[in-house]
Amino acid sequence: MNTLARPDFQVIASWVQPGERVLDLGCGDGALLRLLIETRGALGYGIEIDDANVLAAVKNGMNVIQSDLEAGLSGFEDASFDHVVLSQTLQAMRHTEAIVFEMLRVGREAVVSFPNFGYWKHRMDILQGHMPVSERLPYQWYDTPNIHLCTIADFDDFCARRNIVVKERRVFDEGRLITEEHNFLGSLAVYRITRG
Amino acid sequence: MSGIGIVKAQRAHFATPLTLRSGAVVPAFDLAYETYGSLNAAKSNAILVCHALSGNHHVAGHYADDVHNEGWWDNIVGPGRPLDTERFFVVGVNNLGGFHGSTGPVSPNPATGKPWGADFPLVTVDDWVKAQARLADLLGIDSWAAVIGGSLGGMQALQWAINLPQRVRHSLVIAAAPKLTAQNIAFNDVARQAIITDPDFHGGHYYEHAVRPLRGLRLARMLGHITYLSDDQMAEKFGRVLKTGAFSFGYDVEFEIESYLRYQGDKFAGVFDANTYLLMTKALDYFDPAHHFNGDLAAALVPATAKFLIVSFTTDWRFAPARSREIVNALLKNKQKVSYAEITCNFGHDSFLMDDPQYHALVRAYLERVTL
Repeated sequence: MNTLARPDFQVIASWVQPGERVLDLGCGDGALLRLLIETRGALGYGIEIDDANVLAAVKNGMNVIQSDLEAGLSGFEDASFDHVVLSQTLQAMRHTEAIVFEMLRVGREAVVSFPNFGYWKHRMDILQGHMPVSERLPYQWYDTPNIHLCTIADFDDFCARRNIVVKERRVFDEGRLITEEHNFLGSLAVYRITRG
Repeated sequence: MSGIGIVKAQRAHFATPLTLRSGAVVPAFDLAYETYGSLNAAKSNAILVCHALSGNHHVAGHYADDVHNEGWWDNIVGPGRPLDTERFFVVGVNNLGGFHGSTGPVSPNPATGKPWGADFPLVTVDDWVKAQARLADLLGIDSWAAVIGGSLGGMQALQWAINLPQRVRHSLVIAAAPKLTAQNIAFNDVARQAIITDPDFHGGHYYEHAVRPLRGLRLARMLGHITYLSDDQMAEKFGRVLKTGAFSFGYDVEFEIESYLRYQGDKFAGVFDANTYLLMTKALDYFDPAHHFNGDLAAALVPATAKFLIVSFTTDWRFAPARSREIVNALLKNKQKVSYAEITCNFGHDSFLMDDPQYHALVRAYLERVTL
């Protein structure tokens, strides 16, 4: 995986201090873990359900646990990680709320990134009468794995209602950091959250 | 077709007494073993393959005078195979208490000159690790690149990492469990009772009577075999198919599954030793590294410095995936290096012997990352 195509990776790396313990949920081929281990000296584990990804992560030399995130993180002790990361997967989860709580149980803090449904191009698509299709939402309505899309404003509301503290938020579009009008100009949001 | 070709069994003699966990002492012993590939100059490329209940040291290849006798895990060991003998020096060993050349119940008891029979002391997985370490010493192997095994073999791989951490760099624990459940022990005891109550058992001293408890051993294997297969696989392979196409209203073989199990039982009883079978099932029952840690497996695993690959199979109900997850969770609790895969495979507990593509690709990928 080309890490440059994943601006959230660099942000996440900047939030991880050397030697910290990271759990990457839906770790794919382990590219983020590898980045965190190689550049931040992190101790990392990944969770992945897909056979091909588990194999790729093992090939990458990562610690990967084959498991279904929808079943939660049982087996992982409370506060056993510094960071629990869910990178561009939240919107594809069935038990969205449950996994966020699980992340905050197992991790001192959680990092969540997701495509912003409020991005202006997505709004344009809808105004023109179509479901959005973009770089961050590359699927058609009939083949998308994304079942819980939200906007940045929606996620902020969710955190406020669930007593979750947003420590930091970074928003990107086409790899560039967005500094204003996040919910309109940003196509990708990266949150750093903790229990309130 | 075996990958490695013709192999030869060897035998090592160890003259220093071995004190077993039970307190019994084996004054001297032999271990039968085979090796495949070459040990490198740094002696850093050795992999130990531990066998399960009915296995032995003949892991791969075939014998010059018995080409059909292919090693029990030939599909994973050989040039270009996941345990690649062009890179690794692979060692198979017959455990203490076996009867394929290692000292066991069929061997002469030095005190009497007669076969040990039932007097052969019960051995545990700890004892096997100790005995295997003697073989490693003999071969000049300070540390194994990896110790690997399935089922009872996986338990040995786990025990090695706990007992001799400085001598194991990677531990591959496949289709295993951290200890047996009451149900597992119950199956083992029914198997043992079948053997022990066979009139030809003679309290374990059947060698002197020139008979063997074949009926008991056959029943034990039939029972065991049921637990190695999955329900789905049995349904697929045999279903309710009748040998003659119709009920015969009698107790002869009617269903294909009966025919299969009886064949497996007969075949096994013909070639295996009942005392060894008893002893191996007890080693399984006793296995519990957490025993001395109030049942805390993580505490038992603290000394281990190896990296782990834990593998389970979806249809294995003898040692189900949840049992492997117990090991994984304990390692995670300790922040030890571990990868875990749950392989979708239809062959129940026996899956670990099959050449499932995902399973073999995973073992291959893992071992390719092992530095020598």
